[in-house]
Amino acid sequence: MIRSLLSLALGASALATPAAALAEPLPADPLGSPMWEYHAGKLFAGAPVVFDPRVMVALPMLTENQHVMPVTVDARALNEVKRIVIFADLNPIPVAVEYTPLAAHAFIATRIKLDQRTPVRAAVLTADGVWHVAGGWVDAAGGGCSAPPVSRVRGDWADHLGELRGAVWQGADAIRVRMSLRHPMDTGLVENIPAYNLEQLTVSDAHGTPLARLVVHGSVSEDPVFTLMLAPAAKGELAVSGRDTGGLEFGGRLLPTSGTRIAAAVAR
Amino acid sequence: MIARRGVLLGALALPVIARAQGFAGAYAPAAIAIGEGIWLVPGADEALEPSNGGAIANSVIMASDAGAIVVDSGPSLGFGKALAALAEQLTGKAPARVYITHLHPDHSFGSAAFARAEIHSLPATRTDLERDGAGFSDAMYRLLQGWMAGTELILPQPAAADGVVTFGGRRLRLMALSGHSAGDLAILDEASGTLIAGDLVFHNRAPTTPHADLPAWHAALARLAATPHRQCVPGHGPLDRGSTAIAQTGDWLRWLEDSLREAVGSGLDMAEAANLPIPARFADMAMARYELTRSVSHLYPRFEAELLPRIDG
Ligand SMILES: [Zn+2]
Repeated sequence: MIRSLLSLALGASALATPAAALAEPLPADPLGSPMWEYHAGKLFAGAPVVFDPRVMVALPMLTENQHVMPVTVDARALNEVKRIVIFADLNPIPVAVEYTPLAAHAFIATRIKLDQRTPVRAAVLTADGVWHVAGGWVDAAGGGCSAPPVSRVRGDWADHLGELRGAVWQGADAIRVRMSLRHPMDTGLVENIPAYNLEQLTVSDAHGTPLARLVVHGSVSEDPVFTLMLAPAAKGELAVSGRDTGGLEFGGRLLPTSGTRIAAAVAR
Repeated sequence: MIARRGVLLGALALPVIARAQGFAGAYAPAAIAIGEGIWLVPGADEALEPSNGGAIANSVIMASDAGAIVVDSGPSLGFGKALAALAEQLTGKAPARVYITHLHPDHSFGSAAFARAEIHSLPATRTDLERDGAGFSDAMYRLLQGWMAGTELILPQPAAADGVVTFGGRRLRLMALSGHSAGDLAILDEASGTLIAGDLVFHNRAPTTPHADLPAWHAALARLAATPHRQCVPGHGPLDRGSTAIAQTGDWLRWLEDSLREAVGSGLDMAEAANLPIPARFADMAMARYELTRSVSHLYPRFEAELLPRIDG
């Protein structure tokens, strides 16, 4: 009790202090992860950290496929979100995505590989320098990161490499963007297959102004898929550009009517 | 073939859920007489869990002059032994013929208990098990631990084919179908008018889709519906005497496909699709939300690849 009061007091004082100026004691991990302090030390580098229920991390009720585990982070209840980091404590490649929503809502959905039972978390940095963290344990059998991608086993990965799909749905409060890329996302943990993954993805407006920027790591699933929500100002055509660790560049254009067209195509 | 606990390649057909306990109980399969010389051994309408030892699929026992006929050997050696003993007790003869309806381990992993019987499946089922058996074994041991003691996968002979088989005086009409998996064997027991549908039919229990081919599944359901029968034993769920289970399975699969395609069309991601409302007509269906979540994992990437347009051209 004394400890938590103390950290509350420190937290309050930190709000009035430049974020990186003093190292704070980490709050105790509600998930009891053996790797919490290690990862928190590296990721937050002494900045203030709070476990915050306003960060919603949606994880499935069961892990049907540990190569493709959906995770959705919705931190729209927080103001001025600067960055969202998705990580799994016990993965060999813990960080999956670092998202910078430049002109976008604090929302991202993607799919990650799990190597074993692990906490899966989102850490959300707000403009005041505070990291807001939430997450949960997810069960998984071995082999998500250390098993070869399906397309490597099939042998057709190179035939489809770089194929980019996507669409945009116009809403009153947000423009929803979905993008998928054919890519093996090799982790480097499978024998004889070096690491090879998408590492950057940016959505820009028609003038080339970046609206959303992603740094992507090898623990994101093969054929990565991302769902973002841009601020409603981004009404026109959008550009998607990306690069992988082999230096290969990907690009495409998202038309504003694309989502409406798919919706009409599947309407019953 | 010994099922090795090897590295898992490709899509896992078993969900990973809560961690298994080391404790294993004893199987006590019970039989319900459903006609002349035919018994249903019902599975629990649950997921594979340590609490049920994996005994979640229905099995069928039939009497014949040549020995007992068993359809689906269950999840483990222990279950298979209990099922074999039950079959001998009910029919007065040891099991002589086993049919495996399809590859899934809740139906196919008890075969080692039937060493003196001929174990038959469709050729596709044997091929499926050659490919996936080691992965299933790995997942089953991890999930069910002690319940799996001594379990080795016995590959069935690929001897089942479309047509009538008379075994020990009992006439069985075998139907070689697919859709729930690449090989789905359905069996009509002519004496009792019982259609043993395997996992092509679920009853008041949501269908599972890890290896589903939906158009083929609907075609198989149409053939089953067109096959006159008095009652239907689904792969999971209670005996159907009211001719509703085939239609219910088709209804769920159509709703599932339409809903997931609409979800892709309206820009939802997998997690959002798994949270879609389930219609009231499926309110009595066990495991509906659970299987919807699994099916999103199986089917959603397929529909995304089909419906999201290329933007790199
Ligand atoms: Zn099945």
